[in-house]
Amino acid sequence: MGNPMRIRASLTGDTVEVKVLMRHDMETGLRKDAAGALIPALFIKNLVAKHKDKVVLDANFGPSVSKDPFLSFKFKGGAAGDKVSITWTDTAGDSRTDEASIT
Amino acid sequence: MNQQRRNVMRITAALGAAFAAGILHPRDVFAAEWNAAVFDAKSLAAAVKALGGDKFDVSADVAIIGPDIAENGAVVPVSVSSKAPGTDFMAILVDKNPSAMSASFNIPPGTEPAVTTRVKMASTSDVHALCRANGKWLVASKEIKVTLGGCGG
Repeated sequence: MGNPMRIRASLTGDTVEVKVLMRHDMETGLRKDAAGALIPALFIKNLVAKHKDKVVLDANFGPSVSKDPFLSFKFKGGAAGDKVSITWTDTAGDSRTDEASIT
Repeated sequence: MNQQRRNVMRITAALGAAFAAGILHPRDVFAAEWNAAVFDAKSLAAAVKALGGDKFDVSADVAIIGPDIAENGAVVPVSVSSKAPGTDFMAILVDKNPSAMSASFNIPPGTEPAVTTRVKMASTSDVHALCRANGKWLVASKEIKVTLGGCGG
């Protein structure tokens, strides 16, 4: 189970804006440690955002997404109080799901 | 066979039947496949080919927003958006990175074709917003200058 994410989902008119800040090193596999050895690649490769049971965004990330990935997107059809959940999976098979209510 | 195993069989059979009947589409349940060919592509053209396209056009309907100069190549904020109707896929590519494709997004109906994230840039490079709208591949590009390279190499 990875580190918790911060999720904010806010409703303006009929549009929900979601902002997520994930905590993940996003190692590219190209960096070397102090001894000169390559640090193995380990990065979030997939993210799925759902509003209740409907997928509202499905993303694939490569290692060049910045450490502690930030993501922002908007969708229609959400109401205040509805749950938005975000799930990420990384190349080591670790995953994390967090949710937030639309405000 | 005990009751639990009967239940597992029943549920598996029901799910299987649902998949077969097209009621439960695999796309709804499983996340998009991480395509190594796409994420290994060394250029925009190679990435479009790996995605199953062949040509792409520069389009004023696609926008890419980012800084002109990124002080820190490790964290460059980039927004891509599309006004083209039927946009169901968007991606961010950094030309001069070891692998051009940074991130790709499947946009279901009801979601705005607009995403913002932060990417690493190894050096000054063109950054591309690639979109697929109604099957056509559209692109917008912007050069972002990098003073401190972001791949840590």
